[in-house]
Amino acid sequence: MKSVSNVTGRPDALRRSTDDWLVLTLLAGFGVFFLFTVVLPVWTILWRSLHDSKGAFVGLANYHGYFGNPALLQSLGNSLVVATTTTVIVVGLAFVYAYALTRSCMPGRPFFKAMAMVPLLTPGLLKAIALVYFFGNRGIFKSFLMGHPLYGPVGIVMASTLWTLPHAIMILSASLLLSDSRLYEAARSLKAGPVRTFLSVTLPNVRYGLMATGIFVFVRVLTDFGIPKVIGGNYNVLATDIYKEVVGQQNFEMGAVVSIVLLIPALLAFILDRYVSSRQSSSFGARSVAASPRPSVWFDRGMWLYCTLITVVMLAVIAMGQFAAVVKFWPYNLEFTLDHYRFDMEGVGWENFRNSLVLSFWVATLGTMATFLSAYLVEKPRTHGAIRQVIQALALLPMAIPGLVLGLGFLLVVNKPGSFFDGLYGTIALLVIATLTHYYTVTHLTSLTALKQLDKEFESVAFSLKVPLTKFFFKVTVPMCAPALVEIWGYLFLNSMTSVSTVIFLYGVHSRLASLAVVHMDEAGRLASAAAMAMLIVYACVVVRLLQLIISKFLLRRLQAWRLPSNP
Amino acid sequence: MKTMKPIFQWKNIRLAAASVALSSAFASTAAELTIYAGAEADNIRYFSEVFSKAHPNIKLNWVRDSTGIIAARVLAEKDNPRADVLFAMAVTSMTNFADMGLFQPYTPKGMDALNPLYLNKATPANWVGVYGWASTMCFNTVEARRGSLPKPAKWTDLENPVYRGKVTMPHPASSGTGYLMVAAWIQMFGEEKAWAFMDKLHANIASYSHSGSKPCEQAASGEYVIGLSFPFRAARLKAQGAPIDIIMAEEGTGWEMQTAAIMKGTKNLEAAKTFMDWAVSRPAMEAYASRYEVTALPVTVKKPDHFPEVDSKLIKNDFAWAAKEQPRIIAEWRRRYDGKSEPRR
Repeated sequence: MKSVSNVTGRPDALRRSTDDWLVLTLLAGFGVFFLFTVVLPVWTILWRSLHDSKGAFVGLANYHGYFGNPALLQSLGNSLVVATTTTVIVVGLAFVYAYALTRSCMPGRPFFKAMAMVPLLTPGLLKAIALVYFFGNRGIFKSFLMGHPLYGPVGIVMASTLWTLPHAIMILSASLLLSDSRLYEAARSLKAGPVRTFLSVTLPNVRYGLMATGIFVFVRVLTDFGIPKVIGGNYNVLATDIYKEVVGQQNFEMGAVVSIVLLIPALLAFILDRYVSSRQSSSFGARSVAASPRPSVWFDRGMWLYCTLITVVMLAVIAMGQFAAVVKFWPYNLEFTLDHYRFDMEGVGWENFRNSLVLSFWVATLGTMATFLSAYLVEKPRTHGAIRQVIQALALLPMAIPGLVLGLGFLLVVNKPGSFFDGLYGTIALLVIATLTHYYTVTHLTSLTALKQLDKEFESVAFSLKVPLTKFFFKVTVPMCAPALVEIWGYLFLNSMTSVSTVIFLYGVHSRLASLAVVHMDEAGRLASAAAMAMLIVYACVVVRLLQLIISKFLLRRLQAWRLPSNP
Repeated sequence: MKTMKPIFQWKNIRLAAASVALSSAFASTAAELTIYAGAEADNIRYFSEVFSKAHPNIKLNWVRDSTGIIAARVLAEKDNPRADVLFAMAVTSMTNFADMGLFQPYTPKGMDALNPLYLNKATPANWVGVYGWASTMCFNTVEARRGSLPKPAKWTDLENPVYRGKVTMPHPASSGTGYLMVAAWIQMFGEEKAWAFMDKLHANIASYSHSGSKPCEQAASGEYVIGLSFPFRAARLKAQGAPIDIIMAEEGTGWEMQTAAIMKGTKNLEAAKTFMDWAVSRPAMEAYASRYEVTALPVTVKKPDHFPEVDSKLIKNDFAWAAKEQPRIIAEWRRRYDGKSEPRR
């Protein structure tokens, strides 16, 4: 700031260089950050996979050993089957839901929009418990599965669908919102029917959104280990193979090999995503007019019914979780009790809950600032193209790294003698860094989307008016993106409250989390107490979500008047 | 809000200063120990309370997780150990850690009174065995009546095809209880017969779980009829109201020893020694005995309700063999059952 004010009024070349230096410094800062949080952990894992347990270089011997095992192909096949099935189901369900939210005039759209985010409020284990109570061997809806056991691909697909649906609805709604009403006018004047219009205007318009959603869901399901661990039965997938190698056998080398194998499909999907998004030239330009839906009785009723159905299913999960937390002994003694809320185990208590709130607050706050800044640096400046490309690639990489692998990488990096992170081990600060890294990509992309809506011309105008970049950033860019920032803050907060796999190797005596307590109580055979702790997380998430909605509304009124004509 | 911040910081600084002053003033008496433990969290809380009564000036900080997570952490921290003491860890992993030189050898006071089976042969000892846990069958009587299934009495009864898809057990590659069972079957039946038994058992298994508790939980909630697990968990679940019978197989049960050791490089060696002395003391043994099947020092205490009679069923376990053979047995087990372990209809 100081240097910026010093040079006001100097020749252009000099001022450009101050802004330039600022951008360069910040880019370098992000480079260092990603070096420690992404490159180093992945590199350590790769290094481990090429060495034996004594640390001697063995080349590809570990890979040979692993590929020689027929179980691998089966795990790989299983992983691809559940990921693909879930992707198809989720994209289908989410598309209709998002279509109803954005293109119908059904009543209660804001309500349904809020309800779509409900699964984000629940820890993975709570969804699994609810599924067991509904569809397990003693479940009330067991017959729905027509004799297929819940434990296995069926359970994994169901739980993964619930888990990824909110994200998919979010991405698809955003892409459906950006459609040009002039195209629909054109279709009407050409006398195209609704089906023809849908096929030749709507679908091509959201083609990228559909691809992005599919890839996102695919990678998420492929790399998740929490769901298959709890509800996968004997259905081996790559993510649980890592768990078996590292946690069961303490075989880091094999765990590293499976991690690298798992990285490959995730990376391919990711490269595909980048390719698709680079091909997508914006069909929604500065002169586009946002399409607004027209009422249609039967269509709106159908959509309302559909959204109600999905909402009921999502609420049923929470209701069942609450039920599990307050009955004495399911399914044999259904008396009401609050005993399960008395946590009387070592390392499990209200302090876990407090730690989780602290963690989530910092991940959300620092994460919102960092991802918005990195997205800004990637999107807006016109110099340092190559460095910006590198930072962009690094920011997108975390999505392809499974949480367990990232956690393992951090564990190995932190414990190298003389490591930079040495003093951080076991602290909440380290958990904040790891969790933030894990969720970096999604929030970076959300920030990028928000920033893309602001015309680059703004920066040019600011430049010719000699407004320093920092001033412009805080006076114009940040307020204009405020709703997106609030959204990102909430997203990070909710996800940090429920995250397990990234932190399970990293927590310490004073940083035990509620999400881990849920896992520990489940392992100790206290399913009901686990559900009770999970419900505490749900309550906190509901409060935060409501606050977020109120703040968004306020911001929308105060700062977003410029949106109003097109977005009533 | 903004004006409150500095106050909080000041308070923190003052607190920190005070605690530094305190700890240096009482350096010889007040200490903190970081203990990594693999036992059940509800028991750790109890043991911790018993310890605090005897040694109120030593504060114990526990990091408790499943044995596998703790073992993975210990290995990852190998060159830079964070724990002072390792407690309630299965002897099979401890043997490997001892070979890697991770422990600070120490012979706790009173160790010679312990059952020799629990002792590490090195002098001074690398680790010391404190208590043991065994395996059991949890049998859901309500679901058994519904499916008119007979009650098993022996391990080999589980070969009966009527139990197809009704039995669960822990995965031996990810659960110590699972490996304990497999190692015991091989020691009891001989290698060839044991694998033949497991082939038939595998045909009945609905799923292999990643924790030793889970199978009994699943039997307790009626998900499956029979869960192979361990007695403490079974007794706990029965006390909570689960309609289960706890069956100790006639042939006998394998068991696994829980051990304690001091980590090499600890900065709190004296306090760690105090803890080790306590860990083999009579009050500690009584605490273990009230929760677990067997203890290194034979003590008589009131067992929890529903706790089965275990002593007479324990096989003469060869721990060194079980530790040495583990990689081979697990590899063979995975070759036979892991790749094709699809859930059965």
